[in-house]
Amino acid sequence: MTSTATTRRLALGLAATLLGAAPARAQTDVLQQLNQLTRDSLARSYVPATFKGTRIINGHSIETPGPGSLVFLISHRFGRLNSGAYAFFGLDQATIRLGLEYGLTERLAVGAGRSSLEKTVDGFLKYKLLRQSTGAGAEPVSVTLLATAALTSLRFAPEPARTMASRLTYTYQALIARKLSPELAVQLMPTLLHRYYVERRRDQNNVYALGLAARQKISKRVALTGEYYYLLPGATQDDYRNALALGFDIETGGHVFQLHFTNSQGMIEKFFIPQTQGNFLRGDIYFGFNIARSFQLRAQH
Amino acid sequence: MKQLLILLGLLGSLASPALAQARYFTRTGTIRFFSATPFEDIEARNQLVGAVVDVQAGQVAFSVPMKEFKFPKTLMQTHFNESYVESEKYAAATFTGRLVDFDAATLAGAGPQAVQVEGDLTIHGVTRRVRVPGTLERQGNRLLVGARFAVAPADYHIEIPALVREHLAKSVDVTVALTCDPLPLISSLK
Repeated sequence: MTSTATTRRLALGLAATLLGAAPARAQTDVLQQLNQLTRDSLARSYVPATFKGTRIINGHSIETPGPGSLVFLISHRFGRLNSGAYAFFGLDQATIRLGLEYGLTERLAVGAGRSSLEKTVDGFLKYKLLRQSTGAGAEPVSVTLLATAALTSLRFAPEPARTMASRLTYTYQALIARKLSPELAVQLMPTLLHRYYVERRRDQNNVYALGLAARQKISKRVALTGEYYYLLPGATQDDYRNALALGFDIETGGHVFQLHFTNSQGMIEKFFIPQTQGNFLRGDIYFGFNIARSFQLRAQH
Repeated sequence: MKQLLILLGLLGSLASPALAQARYFTRTGTIRFFSATPFEDIEARNQLVGAVVDVQAGQVAFSVPMKEFKFPKTLMQTHFNESYVESEKYAAATFTGRLVDFDAATLAGAGPQAVQVEGDLTIHGVTRRVRVPGTLERQGNRLLVGARFAVAPADYHIEIPALVREHLAKSVDVTVALTCDPLPLISSLK
């Protein structure tokens, strides 16, 4: 190290004596050299904020709370818009989910919540497998893996006693997203949902679905969002409807507000994927909102 | 090996005399900024600052990749990139300028030498002419560069939403600390 440095200095000294003082050059020259130097060292850089929140509307986005960050998520759906003036167009009714999610590392997050619908508790693990990036060794897409478990604590009175397992539903999702431009992001969600217990013989224990979602910014702090889950052919597709949700995200300081219209009442996979009944076009639309409040419990660095 | 390097050095200097030693560079310089308000103190750090300093010609160029600013809070980092500096649109802040009335000979003296730098600072796509005080110090064969100055986000058309305006200082304190290596002549040949 020292020897090469000495050599270099020697060479430089010689060069300097031969040529006299270095002539001054224009600033652009220094800048050009800087550009050259920084270009070949262009480090990999992750694409920030593909989606505003950890949810697109009902379902998860590829985003997780950052390391050490705790998100308190309040999700709320009113009743159906077409329930008439007597029910104040759905506002008389409400279902809610309260949830907490925490970023253990930059990639791994855990969460838990409770829905008033069917008195259901749920928990999930979320892992960022790939992150869309630019520069050397760039990934073209982000992929986040999600595994959730939901347990209904409803008392099933007249039925034979339900075992713990029969109350469980598992969901597995690969969330694949690409931010196409600073304004537009799209996401694809292949989904497998497993129910230990179904009521009728024709009901499916395994339900397959493919979700598609997008976010389009319309200003710096407001974005339009859409989310659609297509049920793959089977009894569930015959008996239920595909979940559709449209809304917008509004970001203010530490909060993200999401306002939306959807034909599903539940706010976790177990409900909105295999149990959506509302017909969007006939006005079976639930107005609702999510509010996410973020608290940093541990500094990122 | 030594002889070869000397030869290469000589050749290089003959080919492009302007590159004669006087230049220092780094790709891993540090810039911090600090915003203090009664509500909240916010500090961010960037350790991938690129710079070239020519002490002979008195020229300076900086390039700061905006996405590399690390904040203690994830959400701050997201907001900073997405809404404030729009780092996908304006990837880097740059500075090009000259050392005012600077004589390279003063670097021979021990300790940091105070300098004035004047030039164009571009942040968020907005360029402004600034003059800031700094220090230069030769340590072994390295050059240490330091500076501390204030930047007002509003000057660079960085909008802060009303709700958090109270949490961000009108003027943000910026600290620059670089350790630059000599820019080898041979680098232009390899």
